[in-house]
Formats: sequence, C-alpha cells, structure tokens
Amino acid sequence: MSWLLPAAVAVPLVGAALTLVVGRRLLPQRLIAGSSIAFLFGAAVTLLLAVEEGAPIVSQLGGWPAPAGISLVADRFSTFVLATSAGMLVAVFVYAIAQLGRDALDWWFHAKYLVLASGVALSLLTGDLFNLFVGFEVMLVASYVLLTVKTDRREIRATISYVVINLLASAFFLVLIAIVYGATGTLNLADLAGRVADLPTGVADAISLLMLAVFGIKAALFPLFMWLPDSYPTAPTPVTAIFAGLLTKVGMAIVIRTQTLLGPTDGPSTVLLWVAGATMVVGVLGAIAQNDIKRILSFHIVSQIGYMAMGLAFVTVAGVAASVLFLVNQVVVKTGLFLIAGIVEREQGTGALSRSGGMLQRRPVVAALFAPLALSIAGIPPFGGFVPKLGLVQAGLEADQGGIIAVSLAVSLLTLFSMTKIWSAAFWGDPVPEAGRAGPGMIGATALVVAAAIAVTFVAGPAMELSTSIATDLLSSDGYVSSVLEAAP
Amino acid sequence: MTVLRESIILRRGLRVATAPLAVFSLYLLFAGHNRPGGGFAGGLVAGVAIALAWATEGEAGTRRLVAVRSTVLLGAGLAVALVTGFAGLVWGGAFLESAVWDLSLPLFGDVKLVSAIGFDIGVYLVVVGVATGLIRSLGAGSGEGPA
Repeated sequence: MSWLLPAAVAVPLVGAALTLVVGRRLLPQRLIAGSSIAFLFGAAVTLLLAVEEGAPIVSQLGGWPAPAGISLVADRFSTFVLATSAGMLVAVFVYAIAQLGRDALDWWFHAKYLVLASGVALSLLTGDLFNLFVGFEVMLVASYVLLTVKTDRREIRATISYVVINLLASAFFLVLIAIVYGATGTLNLADLAGRVADLPTGVADAISLLMLAVFGIKAALFPLFMWLPDSYPTAPTPVTAIFAGLLTKVGMAIVIRTQTLLGPTDGPSTVLLWVAGATMVVGVLGAIAQNDIKRILSFHIVSQIGYMAMGLAFVTVAGVAASVLFLVNQVVVKTGLFLIAGIVEREQGTGALSRSGGMLQRRPVVAALFAPLALSIAGIPPFGGFVPKLGLVQAGLEADQGGIIAVSLAVSLLTLFSMTKIWSAAFWGDPVPEAGRAGPGMIGATALVVAAAIAVTFVAGPAMELSTSIATDLLSSDGYVSSVLEAAP
Repeated sequence: MTVLRESIILRRGLRVATAPLAVFSLYLLFAGHNRPGGGFAGGLVAGVAIALAWATEGEAGTRRLVAVRSTVLLGAGLAVALVTGFAGLVWGGAFLESAVWDLSLPLFGDVKLVSAIGFDIGVYLVVVGVATGLIRSLGAGSGEGPA
C-alpha cells in the first residue's frame, strides 16, 4: 500500500511529461491528463480508507530510513484533505475542458494543471520540511504559469504582485528551514516534534511565529492576504476555482499541521485568535465593498480562512476538529462558487453586478446550484457549512472564548448579506442580453461539486467523527511521530 | 546580436568548441554520482553550447544541435527521471531506491554503475529542454523567425 504515496505525487508528473511529449494533439492530452487526475483521486481515496481505522502509512523515499531520508506520510488528516482536493481537481478538469473548448484551450494547460496537482499531493503528503518547500514551489511555479494563461496588461500587473509576494514567502521559508536546521539538526517533521520541546523558549517561539508567517502568506491570513483578492479574479474560471478551492486551503492545512506538531500546545493561542478575528472581519468587509462576483468571492476566501484559524487557536480537540471539517467543506464550497461565477460570466459576458440580472428567470438550474452553496458558506442550517460552524461555536464556548464567537457570528451575518447581494443583482431582476451559453459539461461538473457540498449535511455525523479523530491525532502527535520514525524503509 | 553573428572568430571557434563542450557535458553527467557534476551541471554546459550556437547562427544553429521541440525534451526527461523512480518500486524496493552494480569492463576498468544515473539523465534532458526552450522563445522576438 505504501507505494501509493510516491505514486500519488509522481503519476500526475508523469502525466504532465507525457502531455508535453504528445504535443498539440488534444485527445491524447485529455486522456493522459484525465487518467492521471483520476488516478490521484483513486489513490487518495484508497489511502483515506486504509488509514481511517489504522496507523498512518509511511513511505521512505529511496529506501533511506527517517530521519535521514525523506518520508511521505499518509495519515487521516493528509488523506482527508488530499482526497477532497483531488475530487475537486477531477471536477474542475471536466469543467475546464467544457469551458475552454476546442479553440481557446491553451495546449499545455494540461501539463501545468497536472504539475499543480502533483505539488498539492506532495505538499500534503510530505513529512519533511525541505520537501514541503519543494512541494510548495512545484505548486507555485505551476500557478504562476496558470495565472498568465491569457496575458493582457491588467493580468500581468495582478500576477506580478502574486509572484513577488510568493517569492518573498519562499525566501522566508528558506530562512525558516535554515534556522530550524541550525537549531535542531533535522528537518524531518516527526523528528522535529521531539526536538522542538528541548529548545530554549525564545528559539521555539521564533520558529513557531516564522512558520505562522510563512504559511500564513500562503493561506492568506491577515495581514498577509492582500495579494489574493487582486490576483485570483483575473485568471480564467477553472484556474481561479482550483486556486480558490485548493491553494489557500493547502496553506492552511500546513498551518494546522505545523502548529499542532511544532507550535505551543499548552493553551489557546492569543496571536492566532487575533489573527483569526482580523482575517474574518477584514475579509468580509472587503467583500461587501466589491461589485464583481469573483472579487466578492475572493474576499470571502480570506474571510473563511479566519474561521479555520479560529478553531486551531483554541488548541482543543473540538476546536481543531471543527477547523479541519471547515477546511474540507470550504475546499468543496469555494470551488463550486467560483465555477458558478464562471457560468454567470459566460452567460452574461461580465461578472460586474451592475450589468447582471435575471439569471433565475433564464437559467433556473444555475440559481438552484448557487443557492445551496451561498447558504452553506453563510452557515445557514441545514447546509454543509452549518456543521463545522456549530462545531466552532461549541468549541469556543468550551474554551471560554466569547469574544471570537461574537465576531464569527457577526461575520457570518455579513457573509449572508454579501451572498444576498450577488443573488439579488445577478439572479433576480430583468435578464440582461445573453452573451453566451454554458454547456452541459460546465453545468454537470458544477452540479457534481454542489452535490458533494450538499452531501456533507447527510454525512455530518461520520464526518465530524472523522474530524474529531483527526484532531486527536494532531494534538497528541505520538502516533504520527512513532509511525514515521519506526517505519521500515 | 548581429555583432556576434559577424564575428568570424566566434563562428569558427564554436565549430571547434561544440564537440568538446558536448563531451564535457556528458562527462559531468556521468561523473556526478561521486564527484562534482551531475545531470543539472551537465545540462547547463550543454545549454551553453546551444546558446553560443544561437548567438552565431541563429535558430538554425540551435536546430543543428537540438532537432526536436524543447517540450519533447522536457517531457521525455521528466518521464525518464520518474520511471527510474518507479523502477525501484517494481524491483521490490522503495520509490527512487537505487541499485548498484560493480562491473569490470574492457577499456574502462572497474566501473561502479548505479541505476540512479537514469534519474540524472532525466534531469539532464529537462535542463537541456529548458535551455533550448528559453533560447528559442527569447530569440523569437529578435526577428530571427519563429521559435
């Protein structure tokens, strides 16, 4: 079974290599790319089912034992996030083929998309700090190129801020790696977990803060989020959807992993609580000020990241469990919302709310897809987003953190408000002239994502149980540490 | 670049230098396991030869050295490197695990051959592919015809 770990990372890369070799022939490209992504999804689900009841599965690359070599680790947390992400990669791939069509498709879109998928898999599965850097870089390099698919002046400008801020984050990441290696002599996360405890408090705090800053940039935590709402909306819809659904969430997953494994776990984290509150508030206020669907949704990415930080900040099983479930739910909901925004743009020729209207009358099916997601992101019962939000509030009450609960509930209300704004401007009113028509492929792929988002409600019990066991794993990291260090090469 | 193109010294010099550069780049590729070098360094040296060929002869020069599209090199290199990784799994080891053979060959004497060389060859192809692609696409804007 452990061969599935390197295969999950390498098969999309092999797919990318093959799409380059076959050149401009679209059909073989799609077959190769489609089967690679499907393999990733299958591998992730298989791994999730395998580790759900048992110990983590570890693969030691090159046969070198940890901590000398590089370990890939599939535990409940990494496979849960990876399986959801891979599912979104499949759906968005179908959407991309349907949307871009035969003429508009940039012939090496497939290669870039597969490299991105491989980077996501590596970032989530790796058990080594430097390898995590590699995973992030693979993901980022692919994202730089994906952002510049169509290049006009406005996009280049937005991309530059994205590239610069991420290069800066990468530089900080290297500094972090140097400090960690200098202080502890190891980069293996499991090995680090044991050694960080022996460090002087000052050094340990510095490492923990630097980690929060580096991964906080990737996750778009306040005050390091400003690059996101600027750069995401300019890209083509499938690209924006996959960035919105995956990239910041992978960053947040790494924040959760590193803070629980290496950060202080002796009580609620004041820094994280403030960061969480500020991220929520600033994100949602930014969203309210916008008048373009994709820009509104981009600010909501930031706002929702705050909720995940909130649960993590409690440093309790209930809080981290709610964070994990929130994160996985957001992967699905955000991807779906951006796919719908793409459909609206295709039909009306614009995402500007002032020039939208009448989608409900013209395409009721799109409205039917949008409504459950909009209510889910606002946390209205019984939609999927309600369960993790309820979990967060309960965890907050247990941890005696009334302030952040009040903030989070107010932000939920404002989220509902800005969703209503999209609804009343784009879906109600008189139809604007039709600019295009979203084909069955686009609608079908989006419906798949929406179905997954709705399904969360029906499996709320088991999902919460899985998240709780994930949180237990994360907070008492002994199982993770011993299975990595004792795994036979 | 017209100045370089008119330089007869560079043109003739490069004709002579291409073969040693190619040999040196291959030497680096194979020496890399235990000594300085490796697929990356070897590929860069090959890239230097390609860049010089472009500077003296334009696109025709790069095509003389690299007959295929740069993306084919990139893809093939990536595939070779990863297939080497999977070979470790297929033979019952770990991903990327390397086999070691000690051979004594006529002419070469005792040779230590590692299967990780496949990975290095893949890296070499990727680097040559990137160098070719960069030179062709950057050169395309200088009125030298399509990349």
